[in-house]
Amino acid sequence: MTEATESIKQSQTSAVGWYEFATRHRASLAAAAILIFPLIMPFTALAVNILIYGLYALGFNLVFGYLGLLSFGHAALFGTGAYLCGIAVVHFDWPWYAAIAAGVFGGLLIALLIGVLAIRTRGIYFAMVTMALSQCIYYVFYQAVDWTGGENGLRGINVRTIDLFGLQIDFINPLVRYYAIAAFVIAALFVMSRILASPFGAAIEAVRENEMRARASGYDVTLTRLLTFVLSGGFCGLAGALQALHLSIVPIEMLHYETSGLVVMIALLGGMGTFFGPMIGAAVYLVLENLVSVWTVHWQLIVGAIFIACVLFFPAGIWGTLIGRGRR
Amino acid sequence: MMAVAEPAREIILRTRGVGKTFGKFVALNNISAEFSKGAITSIIGPNGAGKSTYFNLLCGGFPPSRGNIEFEGRDVTGQPQHRFAHMGIAKSFQITSVFPQLTTHENIRVGLQALVSRYDIWRPRARLRELVEQADELLALVGLWESRDRAAKTLAHGEQRALEIGMALASRPRLLLLDEPTAGMSPEETRTMMDLIVKLARERTVILVEHKMKLVLGISDRILVLHHGELLAEGTPQEVRQNEAVKRVYLGQREH
Repeated sequence: MTEATESIKQSQTSAVGWYEFATRHRASLAAAAILIFPLIMPFTALAVNILIYGLYALGFNLVFGYLGLLSFGHAALFGTGAYLCGIAVVHFDWPWYAAIAAGVFGGLLIALLIGVLAIRTRGIYFAMVTMALSQCIYYVFYQAVDWTGGENGLRGINVRTIDLFGLQIDFINPLVRYYAIAAFVIAALFVMSRILASPFGAAIEAVRENEMRARASGYDVTLTRLLTFVLSGGFCGLAGALQALHLSIVPIEMLHYETSGLVVMIALLGGMGTFFGPMIGAAVYLVLENLVSVWTVHWQLIVGAIFIACVLFFPAGIWGTLIGRGRR
Repeated sequence: MMAVAEPAREIILRTRGVGKTFGKFVALNNISAEFSKGAITSIIGPNGAGKSTYFNLLCGGFPPSRGNIEFEGRDVTGQPQHRFAHMGIAKSFQITSVFPQLTTHENIRVGLQALVSRYDIWRPRARLRELVEQADELLALVGLWESRDRAAKTLAHGEQRALEIGMALASRPRLLLLDEPTAGMSPEETRTMMDLIVKLARERTVILVEHKMKLVLGISDRILVLHHGELLAEGTPQEVRQNEAVKRVYLGQREH
């Protein structure tokens, strides 16, 4: 048996070796890409948007790409994260770190709420139930005008400096802001990588691959799905909280179902079930949106056409196609 | 061949008056049977006899409409499917059921992992080294060592069936339930599978559902014959072969 192991090891080509290296260090490589990104991307505000939507898509992809469930309600997780962070700053004057924690908590809580109600449904029913529930969340925030500003959005989330152990970080400076937010996104990437490499990550894949077999092997499929959905909520809540601090306002549109649809598009564009695909998808989508909207107001037509072309010709997504197979 | 061993007295599994109805259709009616520990028991019957329904009740696929099921003296009626693996009952599916995109090795490793770590989101799974080794041992046992790093979906049909048995063994079952393990196999693959089953039965109890009576006569210690959802006959292969009722409904049709 050891001989066989040896021969397998020897037969590994350098290409496979490089692929395995990239997989093992995927979080570090992604972090490096994020750190040098502003150097090649002159519009720092756009770069920050890409980071945040990339993080949102990263969280979404855990459910969509790795667990294999299409949720149309992720705007609720993203938006609740943003609102809770904003409310913590505006109404309670909480410091930035506590506000971000509130956002993450909001994402986890709403994911638990939606998950408990929706997780037993399958396929299109899961998509519809999550969408309906996220619309309920939309109306709750829409109606609670005193807390959320209703239609006008929640304004006045003014965090000008971040106090880090006595060090005053200037949150107004765009580049400093980019790196402050990048620190959270990179941390999230490392956590995500760990989750995917963990025994639970294996259970997620097993459930996606074959629900019946996973159950017969002894996995509680429903509980595995629910936990994955809740974890996804944590990432999306963090993305929302960062967005609230970045925009200094929470527009009600963040909770709209279009925001749920957007993340599906980003994940498909980048490559569902790939580690770095969501970031690539967010970058491509937002850059396209910005470039084309300078040229024509009908930018959605162009972006839509490109999206359709991508889905038809690169079903594994941009990143999925680049790395050769639509996995990892 | 090794059929006429003296009957083992200890009972591992027992069903008492179990029945299953789907709407108004009675798939299975009032089956009481006992399964001896360490034996190979085969459940046979023509198409639509209720074999698969009975199998699903035994492995927890769905609960019986009435009656109860006892495993090692403990009532397990109505337990959810995923609990069965933890109690020591494993099954293979009639239609091949593996994790298609995972490697052969990972298929078994993830099966082993289900018993020790299901919700750990932090430790690297590679840290569970003993699982990697145990998976390799099981791969060798079911004859798939060569295909260790191939995606399961690229395996031949017979290999996928063998992989599935490896996955069932991964939960260290004391009772192994196999639903038509040779379905769709070539005569060559069938013989290999039958040898494997006999080998596995040396260390655990095996219950086999089979459509083709000929296949199981040689290896079974006991045979249950189902017909129209009822228990038609029960006994050693010899007794079943000579049973008039069985001959009428089963052997008479030249299909076996």
